[in-house]
Amino acid sequence: MTNTLHRYGDAESFRDDFIVFAMPTRGVNDADCVEKLRTFLRLALKHHPVNLGDARKGGLYQPTPRLNPSAHWRRQEPLRTDEILERIDGPTTVSAVFDNRQDLVAFIEELKAADLGLSINISGLRDEANRCCQQAGITRHSVEYSLGFRGQMDRLPERPVLELSTMCGHGMISANFAKKMMDWVKEGRRTPAEAARSAARFCVCGVFNMTRAQRILERARHGNP
Amino acid sequence: MRIDQWRCVACGNCLAVCPVGAIHIDPGVGRAVINEDACVECYNCFRGMSKEHLFPPMVRAIRRVAKAFRFRFDPEPDICPTDAIVPTELGWPRVVRRAFSDPVVEHAATGIHGRGTEEVKTNDVTHRVGEGETGFVVEFGRPGVGVRFHEIQRMTRALAELGVEFEKKNPVTSMMSDPKRGEIREDVLNEKILSAIVEFKTTLERVPELLGRIEEVAEGLSTVVALGVSTRCDSAGQSRLPDLLAGEGYTAFRGKTNLGLGRTPPAGSVDPRGGSAS
Repeated sequence: MTNTLHRYGDAESFRDDFIVFAMPTRGVNDADCVEKLRTFLRLALKHHPVNLGDARKGGLYQPTPRLNPSAHWRRQEPLRTDEILERIDGPTTVSAVFDNRQDLVAFIEELKAADLGLSINISGLRDEANRCCQQAGITRHSVEYSLGFRGQMDRLPERPVLELSTMCGHGMISANFAKKMMDWVKEGRRTPAEAARSAARFCVCGVFNMTRAQRILERARHGNP
Repeated sequence: MRIDQWRCVACGNCLAVCPVGAIHIDPGVGRAVINEDACVECYNCFRGMSKEHLFPPMVRAIRRVAKAFRFRFDPEPDICPTDAIVPTELGWPRVVRRAFSDPVVEHAATGIHGRGTEEVKTNDVTHRVGEGETGFVVEFGRPGVGVRFHEIQRMTRALAELGVEFEKKNPVTSMMSDPKRGEIREDVLNEKILSAIVEFKTTLERVPELLGRIEEVAEGLSTVVALGVSTRCDSAGQSRLPDLLAGEGYTAFRGKTNLGLGRTPPAGSVDPRGGSAS
């Protein structure tokens, strides 16, 4: 599940993008992991995540199986964090997304104290992640670096569309949908927040960063200056 | 996946939702249809859209009236108004498409959902990549282009020629008929999937050679390749890999950092700390 490694953008565009996730190792420390995974999410909720989720059961923003048609005029879907916690019923990957370093560091410090025994990773700018580790008194164990895309680059969409769509690394936010949302924001048919929510519902892991998405959509409104 | 032709009202919402652009409105019948060859069975149209369950003839009548008066209704973009998208039973080898494209499906080979790999995310527990070693994750088809297995095989064959040993607990390796030669089983070669990851590890010294070969092969493929490399840090949290990458002209400012908080519980024990920290 390399679903956050290859987010597209330059270093500046990741200034508000930190994903922390916890996962057990199959057959090693997954036997009693359910409560630990829930604990991870409970701790994350104390530090204002902009999204969170369970890779098997979904994130904060989810599609509705039976939607009332009035949603076209007034769509209100409460975020049910307690349901996300309750639905965890076995080994999975849980994640929380933060849009600032202060919340990230505070969360990591709490995670360290909680000593869950699960593998914890930060996906984001490598130097920022390292600084966060140092601040929390942690020596990082391993690092995986994204070296970007190769091959038929002409088959990829334009940069802002990639920035938005690759926030679901599983490819569930299609480039066409990301472009559609950008056009709708530009045309004044949706606000950046509404467009970001529509896109986020396709991200099954809950790693879509709502703050970064709104910033990208707002910038697209002004022609990506 | 298929679209129920009686239920579809040709609203067009699902067209933009498809990651590989496999859905279009057939002008002959005025309904959305799926190009089966292009569809990767990711289930995004079925699972990702909210559903209204409206009565199709009623919706069609309203749409006809609105169209006649040139009214533009501005519906929510992530809704199928009539629940027209229907999963179909997938036989072999088509079921492989879903296994490699639908992120909520667990890979039988590894027991992991998504792309089915742990890479160095659990390296603090598995110790798969050690100090002085580099793990490679070579991903095909991402983002949104897709790939067929015969394209992946071109890369795995080239890497096998260099003596690469593929990660055993990996979904692509599980599709190989001869891992030593990088051969993928013939009956899946033409299957199109959204993305797949080839994994292996090597010594730090071989990184430039292997990166060069991967780039070379990637240029000849008709898809995109996303490249990732990983390493185990030393006791000070440092490694030689970033300098090595910089020396080869790679900028690697983003990635995943494993904090080393995972551990292996003693044999036969149940960790009493489950949930105690809340």
